[in-house]
Amino acid sequence: MIFEYIGVKEINGSLIVLDDVDCPSYEEIVEIRLDNGSVRHGRIVTIEGGRAVIQVFEGTRGISLNNTRTRLKGRPMELDLSPEIQGRIFSGVGTPIDGLGRIYPEKRMNVNGTPINPVSRVYPQNYICTGISSIDTLITLIRGQKLPIFSGSGMKHNELAAQIVRQAKIANDEDAKFCIVFAAMGVKNDVADYFRRSFEESGVLGRVTMFLNLANDPIIERILTPRCALTAAEYLAFEHDMHVLVIMTDMTSYAEACREFSSSKGEIPGRKGYPGYLYSDLASLYERAGMIKGHKGSVTQIPILTMPNDDITHPVPDLTGYITEGQIVLDRALDGSGIYPPVSILPSLSRLMKDGIGEGFTRADHAALSNQLFASYAKVQDARSLASVIGEEELSESDKKLLEFGKKFENMFIRQSENEARSMEQSLTLGWELLSELPREELDRVDNETLEKFYHPVKE
Amino acid sequence: MAEIFKQKNAWLKYDEAGRKKVMDFCEGYRKFISENKTERECAASIIKKAEKKGFKNLMKVKKVKPGDRLTGGMIYATCPETSIIEHRCLVRPDLSGVVESVVPDGKYKINDTIVTLKDDSGKTHELTLCQKWPIRHPRPINERLYANIPLITGQRVIDALFPIAKGGTAAIPGGFGTGKTMTQHQLAKWCDADIIVYVGCGERGNEMSQVLEEFSSLIDPKSNRPMTDRTCLIANTSNMPVAAREASIYTGITLAEYYRDMGYHVAIMADSTSRWAEALREISGRLEEMPAEEGFPAYLPSRLSEFYERAGLVESLCGKQGSVTIIGAVSPQGSDFSEPVTQNTKRFTRCFWALDKSLAYARHYPAINWLDSYSEYAGDLEKWYCDNVGEDFMKCRERFSALLQEEASLMEIVKLIGSDVLPDDQKLIIEITKAIRVGFLQQNAFHKDDTYVPLSKQLKMMRSTLHLYDVAAYAVAQGVPLSKITDSGLFDKIIRIKYDVPNDKEELLDGYTKEIDDVINTFTVS
Repeated sequence: MIFEYIGVKEINGSLIVLDDVDCPSYEEIVEIRLDNGSVRHGRIVTIEGGRAVIQVFEGTRGISLNNTRTRLKGRPMELDLSPEIQGRIFSGVGTPIDGLGRIYPEKRMNVNGTPINPVSRVYPQNYICTGISSIDTLITLIRGQKLPIFSGSGMKHNELAAQIVRQAKIANDEDAKFCIVFAAMGVKNDVADYFRRSFEESGVLGRVTMFLNLANDPIIERILTPRCALTAAEYLAFEHDMHVLVIMTDMTSYAEACREFSSSKGEIPGRKGYPGYLYSDLASLYERAGMIKGHKGSVTQIPILTMPNDDITHPVPDLTGYITEGQIVLDRALDGSGIYPPVSILPSLSRLMKDGIGEGFTRADHAALSNQLFASYAKVQDARSLASVIGEEELSESDKKLLEFGKKFENMFIRQSENEARSMEQSLTLGWELLSELPREELDRVDNETLEKFYHPVKE
Repeated sequence: MAEIFKQKNAWLKYDEAGRKKVMDFCEGYRKFISENKTERECAASIIKKAEKKGFKNLMKVKKVKPGDRLTGGMIYATCPETSIIEHRCLVRPDLSGVVESVVPDGKYKINDTIVTLKDDSGKTHELTLCQKWPIRHPRPINERLYANIPLITGQRVIDALFPIAKGGTAAIPGGFGTGKTMTQHQLAKWCDADIIVYVGCGERGNEMSQVLEEFSSLIDPKSNRPMTDRTCLIANTSNMPVAAREASIYTGITLAEYYRDMGYHVAIMADSTSRWAEALREISGRLEEMPAEEGFPAYLPSRLSEFYERAGLVESLCGKQGSVTIIGAVSPQGSDFSEPVTQNTKRFTRCFWALDKSLAYARHYPAINWLDSYSEYAGDLEKWYCDNVGEDFMKCRERFSALLQEEASLMEIVKLIGSDVLPDDQKLIIEITKAIRVGFLQQNAFHKDDTYVPLSKQLKMMRSTLHLYDVAAYAVAQGVPLSKITDSGLFDKIIRIKYDVPNDKEELLDGYTKEIDDVINTFTVS
């Protein structure tokens, strides 16, 4: 039997409270009809006895205590899915907003997903060639990985993400189907527009599924946006064997939406007012990347987040770093000196790269090269901080060489233009060329055999 | 008559073959005596000899038969669990009684009754091949033993500088990307425990599948079997329910205790205890308990200590020696070691392997900071190292730490005015510690020899490094400029020992001393 509940007991921010509800279930979807005929949706977020707290996606503006009729739908939130979703634009809760009508669903899936059993996961090992030297050589992106970009406002993270989308090639697998799911959470209209334009220019728009929740859209929808996007990605990857790249921007807005929502529910806040369960909540999104045994497709995530005040210890980047398999950190000093992409090498990391590079994947010397580049560049930083104290003139010969190397590394290796795609081979060779500038005894992370083969110092 | 009884030399009674037999016997006895100096050694080697001939210790393989009295913790059945682990079924610790019936040897399912036991109140209990135990209660033991055997990990910075005992506790704190998980994996792969319990507590799903994949392809050098044969994995990935996360740590430690009671040395890796503490916080928050520091519940320290106190080297109820070693990773928020989980963990663990972000950034792995880390076990283990590795092991270790400490204070000066102004003897310290840092402390997990280094090689590496230091210090005191020594490539050679000398050719290292002497001698003479 279907009940309609007339009126509500209490309204608090985006939450409404119903009393004496018959058998509500957690995360159940409700439909709220206002007297003026408009329909809103919500989901049950707390149950206490017969009391149900409902979160209204579209906001509670205009709702009074007695002008509503609420109906429980008896199922959790589901997303309509079919292969036709590619090329379409949806709102944060998965309703099409491009004016092309509803999706005729082949399948409906629960947006919350289910955790993947680690035993049925495939350990990701194939790399994705992004054509960007710094990422390919030092922070290799692996298919099925979640690799966030830690940025700050005003830095070129969007450009970098768009370039990755444009250039990403899946290695050794030419005929693999590739598509993109783009989730915008609380971003500016211009940013969403930039992405749309750049997808269009590179001719991938037909393969992009967009979920847009702009900065002025309701925050409750924002909480659902990544969930809808990941559900779509999982559907395409595991039902249609596609390799899906999910770009989510901006995770900081998402976390802020969580904070706002949590405080309106009256929960005890954790660090900086963020809810105590932020880690679990973020993990429930990020962990949806991966590959499953028996399915050809994969879900690779590139979440973008802006570090408030460029602070990497802020809860959002901090917790993200603990969940994701590495991070690409952008650096304001590099950005300021006009180097694009401003990838700060030292704090960046790809955890899965060690098993996806080397013999059989990229090239046998890849691991040694990247280790050495990291180690040498770390020494460059030491030399620079010393130089800033005692002046460059006073440095020892080897430190001067390091400074020279550092400059070349930033200008030739990290810097590349927005339309330049370097092959893996090119990037690795470039890396060795730079290392050959250094004296041989400085290269302590490489064994003699590899050195023999690749270390060719320029004769003076 | 007695007077005419002539004593005959027994020796003459033997023919040639008989005499040889006697001589051989005597020779064998002499050899035995010289090999086994004490009574205990004699007994041990006699048992070994007898076992070769098929002797079986009845105390160990005693078959349970009706009428026997079994007490808690005694073994009543064994079955092969994997090819290297024998599962010994134990009577529940709180149960004892007289055996009523026993099934014959054979194949049984896990829930089949194997033994029926009548306890003192006359109640009968059916013992199957499995046992239930409440995970939050420590399993009882006979007594705790003095933990003085090291857990050998093959990781130089741990074995040499910050050793851990079997039955000890260690914490690995570090921000993200500092290599907590890598260090845990290395320990799980190479440490000499019989069984590894790996608790993935709120960590990444892909990491778990990596463990599964890597450990099944990796062959344990001791048993020649895949690592998975001795590993038990408890997976609670970060998107799985929080209540299960809170329980996963206890599940892990109870499993470890269960195997310990069978007489195994178990190491439990908890990655990461911070997630567990956060689960506590989340549950406590939902229960609307009064929060203490940073929202964590006030009972966080007591829960942590309950957990770490379950480690130890013990004599189990069945009289066997076993141990549980806990190695817990801690993920401090914002890499800030002053947060409550790290601070409280520090109070209850005796090893602290602090991972350092700047070392990790320079890809110096394992990124264990030698200044912040400590191990309280060094003193307890000194005797073992002396007896089993070399008398100078601890001495070398102390000199290494002293040099590193000295370097740290010198670096303060170098940071301000550069290394050029230092006198040669101080520059030498900086050079030698560089060799220690890069050549010894840093270890390449992906190199086939360097990923695991036996203690004997570690000692030889330390000896060679210190020898170079001593000889060079002497030369510098004699007025030989340091640049001459550094240009000779000796330091480079020391740094490359880890790649140049394979683990099975340690004797190559003996040549290093002479080479160092020769090179330095040419300087001092000229």
